[in-house]
Amino acid sequence: MSRKIELQVEDLSIFFGGLVAVDGVSFHIKKGQIVGLIGPNGAGKTTIFNLLTGVYAPTRGDIYLEEKSLLKYKTYQRCQMGLSRTFQNIRLFKDLSVIDNVKTAMTQQMHYSMLSGVFRGPGYRKEEREISRRAHELLGLMGLDEFAHDYARNLPYGQQRKLEIARALASGPKVLLLDEPAAGMNPTETAELMETVKMLRDRFDISVLLIEHDMNFVMDICEYIFVLDYGRIIARGEPAEIQGDERVIEAYLGGDALDDEAEDA
Amino acid sequence: MYFVTQLLNGLGIGAIYALVALGYNMVYGIVKLINFAHGDIIMVGCFVIVSVLGWGMPAWFAAICAVVFCALVGMLIERVAYQRLLDQGSPRISLLITAIGVSLLLQNLYQLIYGSSERTISRLFPLPDIIIGGVQVSNTLLNIVVSLAMMLVLRMLVDRTKIGKAMRATSEDPGAAMLMGINTKSVILFTFAAGSALAAVGSVLYANTYMFARPYMGSMLGLKAFIAAVFGGIGSIPGAMLGGYILGVAEGLNNAYGNSILTDAVVFGLLIVILLLKPAGLLGRHEKEKV
Amino acid sequence: MAGKPMTKTKKRGIASLGTLVVVAAVYVLMRVFIASGSLSAYVIGMINLCCINVIAAVSLNMVTGLMGQLVLGHAGFMLVGAYATSIFAKESGMALGASLPIGLVLAGVLAAVTGLLIGIPALRLRGDYLAIITLGFGKIIEVLARYFKGITNGAKGYSGFPTFNVNKQPDGLFSYVFLVAAFVIFFSYTFGTSRHGRAVLAIREDEIAAENSGINTTYYKLLTFTLSAFFAGVAGGFLAQYVSIIDPSKYDFNFSIEILMMVVLGGMGSITGSVISASVLTLLPELLRGFAQYRMLIYSVVLIIVMLFRPKGLLGRAEIQVIKPFEWLLRKFGKKPAASGKGGEGA
Repeated sequence: MSRKIELQVEDLSIFFGGLVAVDGVSFHIKKGQIVGLIGPNGAGKTTIFNLLTGVYAPTRGDIYLEEKSLLKYKTYQRCQMGLSRTFQNIRLFKDLSVIDNVKTAMTQQMHYSMLSGVFRGPGYRKEEREISRRAHELLGLMGLDEFAHDYARNLPYGQQRKLEIARALASGPKVLLLDEPAAGMNPTETAELMETVKMLRDRFDISVLLIEHDMNFVMDICEYIFVLDYGRIIARGEPAEIQGDERVIEAYLGGDALDDEAEDA
Repeated sequence: MYFVTQLLNGLGIGAIYALVALGYNMVYGIVKLINFAHGDIIMVGCFVIVSVLGWGMPAWFAAICAVVFCALVGMLIERVAYQRLLDQGSPRISLLITAIGVSLLLQNLYQLIYGSSERTISRLFPLPDIIIGGVQVSNTLLNIVVSLAMMLVLRMLVDRTKIGKAMRATSEDPGAAMLMGINTKSVILFTFAAGSALAAVGSVLYANTYMFARPYMGSMLGLKAFIAAVFGGIGSIPGAMLGGYILGVAEGLNNAYGNSILTDAVVFGLLIVILLLKPAGLLGRHEKEKV
Repeated sequence: MAGKPMTKTKKRGIASLGTLVVVAAVYVLMRVFIASGSLSAYVIGMINLCCINVIAAVSLNMVTGLMGQLVLGHAGFMLVGAYATSIFAKESGMALGASLPIGLVLAGVLAAVTGLLIGIPALRLRGDYLAIITLGFGKIIEVLARYFKGITNGAKGYSGFPTFNVNKQPDGLFSYVFLVAAFVIFFSYTFGTSRHGRAVLAIREDEIAAENSGINTTYYKLLTFTLSAFFAGVAGGFLAQYVSIIDPSKYDFNFSIEILMMVVLGGMGSITGSVISASVLTLLPELLRGFAQYRMLIYSVVLIIVMLFRPKGLLGRAEIQVIKPFEWLLRKFGKKPAASGKGGEGA
């Protein structure tokens, strides 16, 4: 049980004007763990992702990836350091081919110079061949290889979600952040996705933090769950504990949780 | 005394920049579009005045005609050129290029109709002389008073009225506004009409102060007004005013003590400096893109 | 499994070789035609101007088409390049054959440095600020050119620098401008399909997603903007050679818009689209001289209509390969049917 702590968040808070969107959130994720972040709409889940990836700077608190503070790093640097994400409202490079979507995320793993690229030097040829092989491999793993040369925008919805995961994996993350990966999927697709996420975790030896509203999905796949309400963690524990927790039931069913639906967008 | 003269000249043109900047600000606030054609609305307004005065009508009637006609042109532009792109959620670059197209269209259309040479306009509102330090300042004062009044009217409109509330909601989150039963399309249309009407008020002041009209007069004027809007802070009504006045004064002082050939370079240089130091402008708030 | 991409690379290799042969053949043929005196000076001039506009349009396409950032001051970079080349040609006292290549490189470098200076503040900001700042920059350069009369001779125009004598050396300018145009097309295509190019395309598609994929968007924006400015400077150097006088007021906002038109109409992101529409828009005004006063009016209407109904331009992002007609001929005359793969990879 003494696995290494991969991602650690301490007292993370952000205020937008007078609004406290995230308030003193602390948690950590161990290597190889799949962790769920749940809570009603507007609880601040996506805001936490935005804080982790550096879209927002926190008002207070700190974020550590493998014991190194991330605060001074920009979004792209955090990604290169091993933190990559998907988006709630899919953000693919729509007018690029499926394989180019994946290759784009591998940009920093190639080192040939611009001139080598322009004049097709040996560095270009060697690295592009290697990247092409790896991209195809990754697409094959996600069951997308047959679409490799189609435009990303022409993929069906479920496949687009998968491609986003493939792209996030392509940058070689240590921690993968998934923002509602099962949204809009039917039960068969969701079940399939569950297997995929577990498989990816085992194969790439990564930790996963996911936001999800599908409770079956969360309860089945996550080792540990944090429940967020009004920017605070109101409960944490293993799925069985969370299911019986009164505060969680209260947060979901009672109160005025439905009123601030738009905020989480 | 020379300093005071140039300062007042600067404030006079600054008031007009401010009025046009308000329109840029309103449209940008609602649809996030730099409406390149907005400056040309001033030109349209000035030519309405040329025509209406040419028919022997009184100045106040020409002024009203300019405001009404410009509001209509603003709405027409929105309907014909922008609405389709806005509906489709087209990339910003397409909207910008369309806006440039509209601006060029207006300029070239008016050049065909009125010719490229300058048309003179007689003084619209002969005011009693107000002399400060040997300088006639009545027109400058008129410009300042009118622009401040317009700012107050706009402020009231946005803060106190139902349509103002709808505008604020649409600018905050168009999707949510639509869900709350706001007809965002009419709000956008109204914004274009109101912005263009403000520019038309600017054109009345311009015609009264400088007494000429030219088909290309709007492009530089519009750009400077836009810079004023950026300077003051996109999205802020008092910011647009402040930006307009500062820009006008900077220009006036440059004409006085610098080299007037360099005025445009100074103005754009100023813009680059502001964007470097304070991208959100003097009174604006910095908005992060939603993720 | 490895077989599929391998054949693809091989096929592409043959296609590029074919393209090279076609381009070289066109170049040689043209020089023979010009040398034999079968083309009038006017026609040669038009061909040169087409090539110059192609360089300008393809370089703008790198920023506006591939990267999706609107630039409204391309003519400003051209003006910098025009002065650099011409002043160097005049002051160095070298023969034009030697001073022109050096002057063109100088033009590119100076324009690129200017681009870097503009780009650093402008590209940090998202959204439409680049458009405004480049517009302002174009204006500033024009104003400064008129102000520093000592160097540029101001509004009267800078002239008296060496140019090719059309009578003695009819193919003088052509021999340079065609090769450079071909190179710029080649450069922008291979750049667009390299790792750097993919990052640039990703920025166009979704800047936030690009950043979240580990791409240093500021760096790639600056790189592309600088490259684009470099080639614009070269185009400006050529234009000065072609016109043989530099009138700063010709390098104004309208000129920037004309180049933008070439990019937008051809298809934002399509290099061949830029090439075709640059050529057409260069020749069209010559053919329609009677309509000169309506030209900008027609441009503006066409611009609006294209944006409304074909927002990605006439060709969209598709490319036309020079080799394709030859492949077609080959198929037609019954050799082997070359299978064409599904499109999508690359630009």
